[in-house]
Amino acid sequence: MGNFLVWVVWILAAFACLASAVGVVTMRNPFLSALALIGNLGSLAVLYLLVSAEFVAAAQVLVYAGAVMVMFLFVIAYIGPRQEAPWAGGPSWQTVAAITAAGAIFLEIIVVIGLKAGGDLSHTQPVNATFGSPGWIGRLFLTNHLLAFEVTSIVLLIAAVGGVILGSHTKRSQAADAGS
Amino acid sequence: MQGPDIAWYLGVAAFLFGIGALGVLIRRNPLIVLLSLELMLNGANLALIAFARHAQNGAGQIFALAVMAVAASEVCVGLGLVVAIHRRNLTLDVDRLSELRG
Repeated sequence: MGNFLVWVVWILAAFACLASAVGVVTMRNPFLSALALIGNLGSLAVLYLLVSAEFVAAAQVLVYAGAVMVMFLFVIAYIGPRQEAPWAGGPSWQTVAAITAAGAIFLEIIVVIGLKAGGDLSHTQPVNATFGSPGWIGRLFLTNHLLAFEVTSIVLLIAAVGGVILGSHTKRSQAADAGS
Repeated sequence: MQGPDIAWYLGVAAFLFGIGALGVLIRRNPLIVLLSLELMLNGANLALIAFARHAQNGAGQIFALAVMAVAASEVCVGLGLVVAIHRRNLTLDVDRLSELRG
């Protein structure tokens, strides 16, 4: 019974994930695209829970669907929703080439998975209860993966400084804009 | 609790990556390009976490968290660029913005 429930939840989450991913790419309004991406991130968090990655699922909802997407929605509201007609005027050669390239990437990955899936990908052993819990992740971060932790903090700091520099609008740059 | 195999998760991850690549290639609005990039990163994240469960090793989950931080930084800088382009009254079209010069 538990097995059946896991499958039902997995199918629902995977379907929502794929449908919202298609929505992100095909919607004309950027606002709706961002909302579809929020749905995508939420259903991905459900998939993470099913592979016993509780802390990553929580971080996904809090950091990604919360903070990052709110920033996206603010910028879209600031710029103003502008409709774009990506499918207007029939498929250009660029669109055809893009669909071919994306399909080729997808097929390659599927073929590689299919070659491997018969062997050892189909047997997954059960894990103990602490796998993926916040305490376990924290201990890993501060012992085995301390360098990754520190480098991540430096990357975030540099990105914050870069965002401030890009967003700052000084008198000098205004004068330069007026002059140009 | 025995759910689907890891291969199913990898299939979903491959689809996410493929559709994200398609969005990056065909959309012209830089905001949608950034959103499609997020899709690609999430596909990679799902594969990492599925493999972490398969190998019973935490390194995949740690790396997924690092990818999340990199994605947040990328969005920060990318949105800063979009706002700067908008302030200069340039059209938000990646085909016309091929030269990022003053």
